[in-house]
Amino acid sequence: MRFFWLGGWLLARPASAIRIGDLEGANLLEQVQRFFSFSDPALGYALVGSILLGLACGLLGTFVLLRRLSMMGDTLGHSVLPGVVLAFTLTGQKDVVLLLAGACLAGLAASFSVWLLQRTTSLKEDTCMGLVLSTYFALGIVGLTRLSKSGLASQTGLDKFLFGQAAALGGGDLLGLGLAALLNLALVVLLYKEMKLVAFDADFARSLGLPVQALHGLLMLAVTFTLVTALQAVGAVLVSAMLVTPAATASLLSTRLPKVLGLAVFFGILSGCLGTFFSFVGSNLPTGPCMVMSASALFALAWLAAPEQGWLTRAWRQARRRRKVALENTLKDIFLLHERQASVDLEALCQARGLTLKEVQSRLKTLRRLGYLSDHSCLQLSPKGQDEARRLVRNHRLWELFLTHEAQIAPDHVHRDAEELEHFLSPELVQRLEQRLGHPTLDPHGSPIP
Amino acid sequence: MSLNQIFLDPWTQTGDLYGWILLMASLVSLSCSWLGCFLLLRRMALMGDAISHAVLPGIVLAFLWSGSLQSQLALWLGAVGAGLVGAFLIETLHARSRLKEDAALGIVLTAQFALGMVLISVFASRIDLDPDCVLYGELAFIPLRPYLNVLGYDLAPLPVVTMGGVTLALAVLGRLFYRPLLLSSFDPLLGRALGLPAPYVHYALMVALSITVVSAFEAVGAVLVVAMLILPAASAFLLAQRLPTMLGLASLHAFLSSLLGLHLAIALDCSIAAAMVVAGAGLFGICWIFALLRRRTGRLSVQRQAILALLEREPGPLEVVELARLGRWEVPPLLTLLGLLEKEGKVLLGPRGVRLPGEEVPSSTQGH
Repeated sequence: MRFFWLGGWLLARPASAIRIGDLEGANLLEQVQRFFSFSDPALGYALVGSILLGLACGLLGTFVLLRRLSMMGDTLGHSVLPGVVLAFTLTGQKDVVLLLAGACLAGLAASFSVWLLQRTTSLKEDTCMGLVLSTYFALGIVGLTRLSKSGLASQTGLDKFLFGQAAALGGGDLLGLGLAALLNLALVVLLYKEMKLVAFDADFARSLGLPVQALHGLLMLAVTFTLVTALQAVGAVLVSAMLVTPAATASLLSTRLPKVLGLAVFFGILSGCLGTFFSFVGSNLPTGPCMVMSASALFALAWLAAPEQGWLTRAWRQARRRRKVALENTLKDIFLLHERQASVDLEALCQARGLTLKEVQSRLKTLRRLGYLSDHSCLQLSPKGQDEARRLVRNHRLWELFLTHEAQIAPDHVHRDAEELEHFLSPELVQRLEQRLGHPTLDPHGSPIP
Repeated sequence: MSLNQIFLDPWTQTGDLYGWILLMASLVSLSCSWLGCFLLLRRMALMGDAISHAVLPGIVLAFLWSGSLQSQLALWLGAVGAGLVGAFLIETLHARSRLKEDAALGIVLTAQFALGMVLISVFASRIDLDPDCVLYGELAFIPLRPYLNVLGYDLAPLPVVTMGGVTLALAVLGRLFYRPLLLSSFDPLLGRALGLPAPYVHYALMVALSITVVSAFEAVGAVLVVAMLILPAASAFLLAQRLPTMLGLASLHAFLSSLLGLHLAIALDCSIAAAMVVAGAGLFGICWIFALLRRRTGRLSVQRQAILALLEREPGPLEVVELARLGRWEVPPLLTLLGLLEKEGKVLLGPRGVRLPGEEVPSSTQGH
């Protein structure tokens, strides 16, 4: 029956090839020991390969990210597959150079297809990329499943091009990766200024007479070559992640291009090595997904806890700022009540800002702990608290005066603005304000400036 | 392999095997093509790509939890959960950090897919899921799945029943919410002004996408489904001017690519899903050529009218170079077009330039 012909290739496939870590009866600890003793020669190859991979991808990925070409990386990664399969089918041997050449041609054909589709149809860029990605990938799968039926693909490890197997890295692959790393390094070093300009402001670059199209083509060429050399280690499906994710992690940590480049290389190498480590230690783990998981985990960490951009750090900073404002407001309220010689009690403090009794009490507790309240009485300011409160009220009134005098804003409109800015005026600015306003003594509402 | 073997034998020699395969393939590509039309119009073609990758960890976890493929509900829940997490992460990443949308897509897509692959490898002994199957599924196994048994009569393989239900549900829901979908796809601003809850439409589409992807997962895998989403919609987009036409053409494309793909797979002896995509790409190529031809004829007819109008306005014969300058055209293609016009008798090409046939040639003595 023809049907079983069709399905037969799946059943007839032999078990997957032996991986670095596949050793009978080895437990986790022994595997870790074996990893760090570097006794396995394949491991040395794999580690050198992932270092070269991280270097090549990190350098290029930064520019890919800046030029908003991340999905183009994904497209190219998927579309090199038919090239590999075709080269193998035509020559019948797994010669690294031939396979790489086939893959490069397929990648170039894919980027040309995207360009042509975009030029000649009204389809949007993302649609064109999706079209090319899936069509080329399907072509590759057609070829691969044809080969698989005869068992050829697994014999030669061609199916490892889908998810990658760093253990299978050979001398030729390392040479390719090294070449890619070297070429990317040369590209970034020699054309740094031009690439930077095109990445940040392509229109300006064009107006300066830079060959923007040619530089774009060069970048695409380098991306294709890098992805192709990385195929054996990471696999076609996930290879774009090695380009994008480390660079994205780096871009969260710094805003300076040289620093981003360095960090991207660092994260690329780190995730490559971590991926190799996990793939080695765990049994039956393909390398590509492990590398991508490591890169994604590093990205998640950076996204949550980066010093400037991190989600948690920003939330924490915001919470701290809100707390500071709340405490300073209470301090000021006490000072103002004393100044007005009204009765200073908890109820008055609650009314001043519409707070509940509990909130006021907790704020007072914190103020006392920080030494802003005097020890004898609950609602008396200590000398330190007195100074601080005076500074705040002074900021507030000076700013009100500045707004009415210099910016010609009506006196009844300035309170809200001053209420927010009083917490953030620096001493230098206050000094300048005083000079500018001629060391005033009264604010626009007639209250004294302390 | 003879043509008989490719085109006739599957239908005459193998009972209803190919019937089920074709039915499943058509159901998958039909429901994907409808979703794809809306994704394409909303400029979310790559979002389809991302979600179809992102459902993988959900599928694997559902497998682990329920222990087999049988629990359709667990699979749906897992996939919808993972799909929504992916959609939410993409939104958050690009709204709340310096990263652009393409980077957010690329990162979330690969991260979730890698997570799924790692889970598959770690629990390889406990789940019956082939990593390659994740990529391109296996349509040929569909008729071997357990059948839905109604009153002691084997009705249809379970995946076909499920996919049929999903397709039907999509058709009904699409008909019910046609207007909000139309409005929010073509003019989101007007939709918002009219009080259409845009985020709900977005996430409802994501839920529908996740459910469709997971129901089609067994048949076509998580990567090739992207082609089923985009190819029919893009082909139809090139030819259609209105949404109903586009949906109809996309459905036609989906069915034809299933049928042709099936026969292509028999001819080439390869994965059916991949062959379907290749057939679909071929159909897209035909649509592309049509669109190119139409665009060319459209542009040429506009230029013809412009030439005639210019000649009517300007008295006397006009140098070709002068004509090209006035109309801002390139000279060589203009010459080709003028040659055509001369053959039709619309213009006359003389030694002193181009003129309309009825026009008098001003004599050389009448100087300016």
